[in-house]
Amino acid sequence: MPHIALPEGVPGILGPMAFRPETAKPLNELAETLLRGPSTLSPGERELIAAYVSSRNDCLFCQSIHGAVAAYHFDGNEQLVLDVKRSAERAPVSDKLKALLAIAGEVQHRGKHVTAGEIERARQAGATDLEIHDTVLIAAAFCMYNRYVDGLGTWAPREPEAYREPAATLAREGYVASVR
Amino acid sequence: MPYIQIREGLPGIRGLFAFRPETAQPLSELAELLLHQPGTLTPGERELIATYVSSRNDCYYCQTAHGAIAAHHLGGHEDTVQAVKRDFERADISGKLKALLAIAGKVQSGGKNVQPEDIARARQEGATDLEIHDTVLIAAAFCMYNRYVDGLATWSPTDPEGFRERAAKVASDGYLGVLGYIHAAHAGP
Repeated sequence: MPHIALPEGVPGILGPMAFRPETAKPLNELAETLLRGPSTLSPGERELIAAYVSSRNDCLFCQSIHGAVAAYHFDGNEQLVLDVKRSAERAPVSDKLKALLAIAGEVQHRGKHVTAGEIERARQAGATDLEIHDTVLIAAAFCMYNRYVDGLGTWAPREPEAYREPAATLAREGYVASVR
Repeated sequence: MPYIQIREGLPGIRGLFAFRPETAQPLSELAELLLHQPGTLTPGERELIATYVSSRNDCYYCQTAHGAIAAHHLGGHEDTVQAVKRDFERADISGKLKALLAIAGKVQSGGKNVQPEDIARARQEGATDLEIHDTVLIAAAFCMYNRYVDGLATWSPTDPEGFRERAAKVASDGYLGVLGYIHAAHAGP
């Protein structure tokens, strides 16, 4: 049961967002810009970073929904999402994305854990300043979303199938339009 | 030195805001709503929660900047800020704020660490659902701001007087003022 009186029947972050629409607005706008705004990283790559960080934070709702959105962007390849969660280094993704996932993993642990060597690795793999910036902010933002969702004791479906349709809607319409 | 090329002279999160105004907008709006807009928790109480979480995350810039804003709201009582960081249970603050700080500390270490008894304690001290919600979100948000600031190795001043001056301005004007400055800089020559 959630720690505070949230609207019933809405899973994960949707409960607290309905409880407090004022803060939902910038939270959704941040997700929209980071995950779907103009970028040289594809929406699928950015959703993978979000799913990876949420998995490391053990947040069922966030890793499931963003994993499902990532899979949608990769033509329904749910195995790819599982591979990234299990081991980013061994997953069939680009060297640049591996390097960015390594940075995201350090941010998840603690901001100061990111080393100059990891930044250099990302640059060697072709990452730009903006891509590095956005990777750090996506990882940091999901350290917020995950804590928001779990810190209020929200409920989330266990079955992966439950996330496929909402994920398709999010992938098509985005975080500001579909959550409103 | 920061890991990415940001404009020199802008410390902490302000340099990052100038680098990426598109994300600065929602990040500033969130801080404005959580810390500055009217609420049943005073701005000083909410800034103390932000400072406490930033201190636990060992983020020098955020804990110093928000500690100075908290002190400003508390009539200049920097010793209260230090006492909260050191051991809030023994600080000269209300029972309700202690219970909320305990929740914030749990959120900092991991969302799932918040237990029903932490919530029950806050309720017994008179905390409302909205105050509990905002405490969790302030703590969660500073787990983001702190990682953003430190993950990109931004620079921070160390002179306390500079932080005091800026704190007075933020305490009166809020968190949206920085946006006008950033947009003006981007539109500039």
